[in-house]
Amino acid sequence: MTAPKTLYDKIWDAHVVDQADDGTCLLYIDRHLVHEVTSPQAFEGLRMANRKVRAPEKTIAVPDHNVPTTLGRENPDQMPEESRIQVAALDKNAKDFGIHYYPVTDVRQGIVHIVGPEQGWTLPGMTVVCGDSHTATHGAFGSLAHGIGTSEVEHVLATQTLIQKKSKNMKVEITGKLKPGVTAKDITLAVIGATGTAGGTGYVIEYCGEAIRDLSMEGRMTVCNMAIEGGARAGLIAPDEKTFEYVKGRPHAPKGAAFEAALSYWKTLFTDEGAHFDKVVTLKGEEIEPVVTWGTSPEDVLPISALVPAASDFTGGKVGAAQRSLDYMGLTPGMKLTDVKIDAVFIGSCTNGRIEDLRAAAAVLKGRKIADGVRCMVVPGSGLVRAQAEEEGLAQIFTDAGAEWRMAGCSMCLAMNPDQLAEEERCASTSNRNFEGRQGYKGRTHLMSPAMAAAAAVTGHLTDVRELTTETV
Amino acid sequence: MDKFTTLTGIAAPMPLVNIDTDMIIPKQFLKTIQRSGLGKNLFDEMRYDRKGNEIPDFVLNQPAYRDAEIIVAGDNFGCGSSREHAPWALKDFGIKCVISTSFADIFFNNCFKNGILPVVLPAEAVNYLMDDAAKGANARLTVNLEEQTVTASDGQSFPFEVDAFKKHCLMNGLDDIGLSLEKVSAIDTYEERAKTQFPWL
Ligand code: SF4
Repeated sequence: MTAPKTLYDKIWDAHVVDQADDGTCLLYIDRHLVHEVTSPQAFEGLRMANRKVRAPEKTIAVPDHNVPTTLGRENPDQMPEESRIQVAALDKNAKDFGIHYYPVTDVRQGIVHIVGPEQGWTLPGMTVVCGDSHTATHGAFGSLAHGIGTSEVEHVLATQTLIQKKSKNMKVEITGKLKPGVTAKDITLAVIGATGTAGGTGYVIEYCGEAIRDLSMEGRMTVCNMAIEGGARAGLIAPDEKTFEYVKGRPHAPKGAAFEAALSYWKTLFTDEGAHFDKVVTLKGEEIEPVVTWGTSPEDVLPISALVPAASDFTGGKVGAAQRSLDYMGLTPGMKLTDVKIDAVFIGSCTNGRIEDLRAAAAVLKGRKIADGVRCMVVPGSGLVRAQAEEEGLAQIFTDAGAEWRMAGCSMCLAMNPDQLAEEERCASTSNRNFEGRQGYKGRTHLMSPAMAAAAAVTGHLTDVRELTTETV
Repeated sequence: MDKFTTLTGIAAPMPLVNIDTDMIIPKQFLKTIQRSGLGKNLFDEMRYDRKGNEIPDFVLNQPAYRDAEIIVAGDNFGCGSSREHAPWALKDFGIKCVISTSFADIFFNNCFKNGILPVVLPAEAVNYLMDDAAKGANARLTVNLEEQTVTASDGQSFPFEVDAFKKHCLMNGLDDIGLSLEKVSAIDTYEERAKTQFPWL
């Protein structure tokens, strides 16, 4: 009998190409996703060294960060010069090196972490990398997914491997059932609130427990997406029937006998009884409330019923950081979070730009209007999500409510494109980072679930969605 | 890649915790398709006002720290995005070493690929060096990678740990890709095996 292994151990072991005496490994990479911002220097490096892409058939590129999300965006005049150059560089690199590509004009274009799973590029048991920290998203399929830097992008392009040392194993268990109105986003924010943004540093997290099992694939992607905000190298969820069902029939998923062969392997991808975890965190699902962030770090999480904290509520270096956050966010300690007025709402991103997220937002917005003075932007994560939302009538609900219905892209998640907050504008956002300036210079971000963001859009202030009645759409 | 062996230089104190990569290099500067030239925008939104004037209080704008080569930082430095533009900007400015109690994982790895040494030390040591750095340009720290020590201006020395492979690459300025390509036969063998083991991939 071999020693019991965690899911991470199993995937890791299956991909080791070479191991040095000090434990440094060359890890084989099954899927490499590429976007326009972190790749130009890597392709340039290949050209300079006269190297090829080792496995172009395993490499997929899509522009997402820079692209405008307005209609008619194929017109290059809509893009600022520098963005246009970056997207054009990806067009050219994809063509020159012969990799799969979804250009802006392709209906399948979207945020790289939404396109990968949607097209069946992401499969259980794989190693997936992308020059983007939210690559952790793909861990929802039980694939080991790392965000990497540009030098590593170049390394993977040239060698189809990554130099890595194994991380430690961390288990995050969410027991029991979630209360109504509580979502995957609340779980993942609550975990970061509990562990801090460095709580996962050095670890790969496996999320498990009844509340995780109960989530749809979309919800699981939301949870894993933010593993990086907790500092972890990756987040994983063991694949199960829901995973297999989701994968089956996707354009690049195996078919027929190949699918059956894959399936029997995928069914071995779980943590063995008695396997060792170096760190364990357990939260009770029924105790998780709908949450929002108040500060400028994703760990600044509080239930919506709470009050804005004071810097003196913290210790150590966090006292200064909390004061800086309060000043930046323009909040007064002791005020109710539900009294915080907002100017903008952003529903989208690789965290919450999938169909289920749009359904949750639409359920709140149906038959309602966006509050006066609030602008609300709904940005689907891919062209296909957009098409589906239109088919299901969600787009109509958004526009009837007075929201802007956009084309797919990263949009206001990072404001590298024209979608940005103005100075001191306050936004209820379904994205993943509330850092200073993330959504625009001096813009103020409160992170939350799509349902909570939609509720804020309707009332004009942060709101407990459970106080609004919703119908299923 | 540039080699890193020993460095004696001015250290700038940045006690703030969770300094993220959006602070180090804001997204509007990620549109470049080159690695160089980002130094002038390092910490852009903390360093300049909206009109592009320097904010005098910001540490790297103070006369004593304009030529800093080391940053002593609060916990969890470099958290956030995977952008390698963060170490590129540090490097371009002239920073060759960052000292903190902890670093975010991807940033930490990215540093080594760019000839920057991230040094992890316990909180007491970081506090000591932070105080030393706060003395201004007269206080120079010495970082010795070979011996794995950081020495304060008063001679107080702190040992640090570093991964042996990363140390080797940094000390010799080695290119990872070149090293990995030496193992190309192992990669070929793996791919052959994977074809039978995971034929659907
Ligand atoms: S949606 Fe936001 S977090 Fe996701 S890939 Fe785009 S910029 Fe990064």
